[in-house]
Order: sequence, then structure tokens, then C-alpha cells
Amino acid sequence: MKTIYARPRSMKEAHFHYCPGCGHGVITRLIAEVVDEMELRDRTICVAPAGCGMLVYNYFDIDTIESAHGRGAAVATGIKRVRPDNLVFSYQGDGDLAAIGTAEGFHAANRGELISIIFVNNGVYGMTGGQMAPTTMLDQVTTTSPAGRDSLIQGHPVKICEVYATLDGTSYLERVAVNKPAAIIKTKKAIAKAFRHQQQKTGFSLVEILSPCPTNWKMSPLDACRWVDDVMTKVFPLGLIKETKKC
Amino acid sequence: MKGSIRIDPERCKGCSWCMEYCPSHAITLSSRLNLKGYFIADFEEKKGCTGCALCAVMCPEVAIEVYQIEKTDERQ
Amino acid sequence: MSGNSAVGEAAVLAGCTCYFGYPITPQNELTEYMAKRIAEVPGGVFIQSESEIAAINMVLGASAAGARAMTSSSGPGISLKQEGVSYLAADELPAVIVNMMRGGPGMGNISPAQSDYLQATRGGGHGDYRTIVLAPASVQEAADLVHVAFDLADTYRNPLVVLGDGMLGQMMEPVTFTTPAKKKEYPKEYVLTGASGRPSRMIRSLLFDTKEEEEHNWKLFRKYQLMEQNEVRYETFLLDDADMALLAYGIAARIAKGAIKRLRQEGLRVGLIRPITLWPFPKKIIQETAKQLADFFVFEMSTGQMIEDVRLALEGKGHVHFYGRPGGVIPTPVELSRIVARHYYQSKQGKKP
Repeated sequence: MKTIYARPRSMKEAHFHYCPGCGHGVITRLIAEVVDEMELRDRTICVAPAGCGMLVYNYFDIDTIESAHGRGAAVATGIKRVRPDNLVFSYQGDGDLAAIGTAEGFHAANRGELISIIFVNNGVYGMTGGQMAPTTMLDQVTTTSPAGRDSLIQGHPVKICEVYATLDGTSYLERVAVNKPAAIIKTKKAIAKAFRHQQQKTGFSLVEILSPCPTNWKMSPLDACRWVDDVMTKVFPLGLIKETKKC
Repeated sequence: MKGSIRIDPERCKGCSWCMEYCPSHAITLSSRLNLKGYFIADFEEKKGCTGCALCAVMCPEVAIEVYQIEKTDERQ
Repeated sequence: MSGNSAVGEAAVLAGCTCYFGYPITPQNELTEYMAKRIAEVPGGVFIQSESEIAAINMVLGASAAGARAMTSSSGPGISLKQEGVSYLAADELPAVIVNMMRGGPGMGNISPAQSDYLQATRGGGHGDYRTIVLAPASVQEAADLVHVAFDLADTYRNPLVVLGDGMLGQMMEPVTFTTPAKKKEYPKEYVLTGASGRPSRMIRSLLFDTKEEEEHNWKLFRKYQLMEQNEVRYETFLLDDADMALLAYGIAARIAKGAIKRLRQEGLRVGLIRPITLWPFPKKIIQETAKQLADFFVFEMSTGQMIEDVRLALEGKGHVHFYGRPGGVIPTPVELSRIVARHYYQSKQGKKP
């Protein structure tokens, strides 16, 4: 018998704390797989966020550092500028990058920092119990938008990829999802491509990943997967948003 | 190709993603509970696993290992 | 050279390769100096960040990657950095933070003040931690203390504050720079370099397990105890025969010295205790001096912050007088000497001022 799929080398044995049917589980695994396949384990440094993704340092068997909420892009900048030969990526959720980390993410992108951000968009604040996020969609019910998001008082969902695309410092931006096998395979390719862009110093790269959050969407794991396709992709279209050079 | 999988019962959280996408319908939700209190996934090899690994690709817990059964294994 | 520029030059000579900062008066000359100077350093990194928050977090990343990193700001910007300083302390990462104080609170003004003493000496951010606070009183001392700052930060793996003010930052005085003959090596087993040929490392301060968090806090506490034992620095001036001791730091101490010289000419026996480390506070010298005299006169360019530490050190002994000018007002030595004289005479007559 030949093992053709197992836990990646860059992944520790710890069991995940994520909820059943959470996209973070897949994304964490995909990153480890890409790091292994690109033989980057010995030079990768990961910046972990505050949020559901905050425990990735317990899962990745690579050098990691926790960052304060929203500051991942600034911490990653400090690391990469001191160690330009390392692969430095930051793992951030929608609160971390699109709310409190707006300035740090935007300006790292604008400066064209040679870092990659893996941006997990599940339209809600998971860890703290399901509050509204900048990426929450109109009419979506959350604990702080109990009547559904109202654009008049709570604004519209933010499309990070499209916003960053206006910045000349960004070289690769793609939006993908992890709600079904074909999408997951595309996500893995996008993560690898972001890392290649960093290695080839084309500029700042970001992969936005639509991720199911069954607990806070109040759905079953499978319904959450379907909701990504049926509802989320209408507001957050999947696909390549920007690529300045083929990598 | 013939394949087989092993689902780690203590990692599984019964999310059912693997079951949804298995082309051989070889995985079902059992009524067994693991230590964390989840109903866990059950694999029936005789349903004809092809080793496509879609279940492992979907699994958010890294709970599934996939094996390819070579002809030499079968003879044994 | 101005104090701001001297701090920058001293930092580079001390091995600082990374500077991240955001413009704020009265320390812009430091940021601008570093923009030019860091470019001359091999592997040097200068970023004018988008905010003071981003700057402190870049310092955190650079420190985790093994570099000597520095940031600087003034009141409002230092407030923004506090979260980052708390994380640096929790992660046990070395860093130097320079605060050129100005009038506050809020927007305040751009004039020199000593408004951030309590913020600097009580950790400043959330959680149970401390940072050593060095308070230079001249451009030369600022340059000398910057070397000490980087060494102490590395020795203790803790962020450290250099507390100046707008006057120190912008005044011009002669300064001689020294480069240490031999660079001291510090253990760097925590630095993130990529897990090549070794197990992976993590730097983090989230400790859900309360037993772990408690132990971590006590570990930090023991470090701070070592700092209190070993790192107190102060200067005394004309204290031996004094019957009143002035207490002042930084620019206020310069003014106090001027006042003392005048008072001595008139026969008033006043001396000075000048804390150089505001934390750890030089309690012992104050307690020793309390055996010799009863009158302590605290002078600060604030409404009274260091006075709390003086009272704590005295534990009820002696008599604490106070003169404070907040808001960026800088009294002259003559003004101060008149007020000190009044208190001195009233004490002599047994009257409470």
C-alpha cells in the first residue's frame, strides 16, 4: 500500500480547534502542503493573527510569530525587511485585515512589500461569536446586525482584492474559495502562486479565500459550503483580480 | 486504481464534507461518538474506493489518510 | 548637534539597523536623520510607516527577526504604541522606544513637557510589565544612554524607553560619539530565521492555560526584579551638606541645577538628586538622604507625576514640597530658585508652606 495523502510535514500533530466544517482547517492544511511542495519549510516565517486563525502557530511546524490584532502586515514587513531571503506570509481574517488592520494591510500593499497575505473571508467575526465584519453582506444577520446589514447605517461589504488592485505596489491578487474540491484545488494553486510572486519579487501578493463558517452563519457544514456558492460569490466574485507578471 | 482511506476517529468532527464529495459514496455518518462528542465518519472499503483523495482534500481536520492499493497488495 | 540627531547617530553606532517612525513634532529631526543615516548602514531598514501603531509593530517584526530596532514619537504617538510595547514585553523581544515629550494631554502642544512620566514608568500599556526608562538631561547624555538602552534591551530581552522632551530633542550642544571597541554578543535563541536544521520556533504571548500565564508573569516579574537590583542610575549634585534635596530629571534637572547654583550663592544649602533611570526608580538614595535631611522638593514640568514615586520611596518620612509647570511652560532657573527659597525658609521657620 502506498500512502498518497497524509498530514503534511510542515504540520504538527496537534488537533485543530476549528469548528466542524470550518474553512480554516482546509486553508491551514493547504498552506502546509504548499510549503512542503515548494520545499520552503526551512525559510518560511508565518505571522499569525488574532481571530480563529490565531492558533496556527500550534499547527504549522515552521517559525511563527503572533501579531496583535490587525498588525500582521506591519509585523511581516519588519521581518521581511530584515530577512529578505525568507518567505514571509501573514494569515489574517476579515476583522484582522479589513477592519482594525486596514491601514497596515493597505500600506504594506501600497509600499509593495514582498510579503504574501492569506486573507480568510468568512463574512463574520468568528472567534468572538459572530459579530458583523467589514465583509458581512447586505441583509446578512449577525449578532451586531440583528436586523440584517443595512447599508444606510452600516455601510457595504468591503472587497479587499478590488481595493488593493488600485495600488501599484500589488502584483498578484486572486479570490478563491474552499467550499468544494475543485475550489480547494484552485486555492492551493493560488497560494503557491502568491509564494512564487514573493520569491520572484514582483510585489505584494494576496489570496482572498471565501471560507464557510457554519457556527456563526447558523447553518450545517454542508449548507455553509453551498451558501458560499449561492450567495457569497455573487458579492465577492471568484477569479484572478490582478497579476502584473506570470509566475 | 483501488484505494483505501483511514479516518482518524479522534480528529473527525462529523462535518460530513467528505461524504458529500466521495464519488463511490463510501463514507457515511455513523452513530459512534468520539472522545470530543462528535458523531464520526465511517468508511466502507467494499463500496469501491478509487483513491481519488477528494475526501482528504475536503477534510478540514487533516483526519484522512489515503492509500493506493497496488496489485501486489491485492494478491496477498 | 541637536538631541534628536544625536540620538539617531548614537543608535546607528550602537548597531541599530532598523528605524520605523511616523512624523510628530518635536522629534521629526530624529526621523529625518534616520532616513538619511540608515541608508548608509549595510542591511539598514528605514520605513516611514503609516502610523505610530504600524511603526511599533514593524519594530516587533524586525526584533523577532534578530535586528536592533528603534522607533520614536511624542505623547499622542507613544499612546498609540502602547499595545505594541505590551506585546514586546510579553514576547520578551528587545526594542528601543524614544519619547520626546510634549505638552498634553490630547493634542496638547509641541512645547517641551514632562507629561508622560507615569505612562512610561508604569509599563504604559495593558498587562503586568515594566520597561526600563532612561531620562537623559543633555545631548551628550542622550547619546551615551542610547548605547546603554540597546544593551539593556538585549540583556533583558525587554523593550526600553528613552524619555526625552522637545527641548532636549531640539537643542544644540556639543557631543562626542563613542563606538564600543568590542560588540557584546547576546544569546539569540529566540530569533525567527526559518526552521532550517532545527525545530520550529514560535513567538507568542497568548497563554490560555492560567497556570502557564501565571508562570510567565512571574518569570517577567523576576526579570524586572533583576533590573531593579542592577540597573538603577542617578546623579547627585551638592547633596553632601544639603538640608533640602531637589528632585528633578531631564531638562527640569538642568533648570534645577541652575536654581541651586543661585541658591548656594545666597547661602541656602540645597542639593539635587537626579534620577537617570525613572524606572527602576532610585529609591535607595532617597531613603539614604532622608536620614540626612527632611525636606525634599520635587520639580517637574507637569502637574506632578514623579512626586508619587518620591512619596512612595520616602514611606512617609520627611516633607515633600512640589513645584510643577505643565503645558509646555519652561520656568527659568531664577523663577525656580525664588520658589525653592520660599519653601526653604518656611521649612526653617517650622511653617508648612
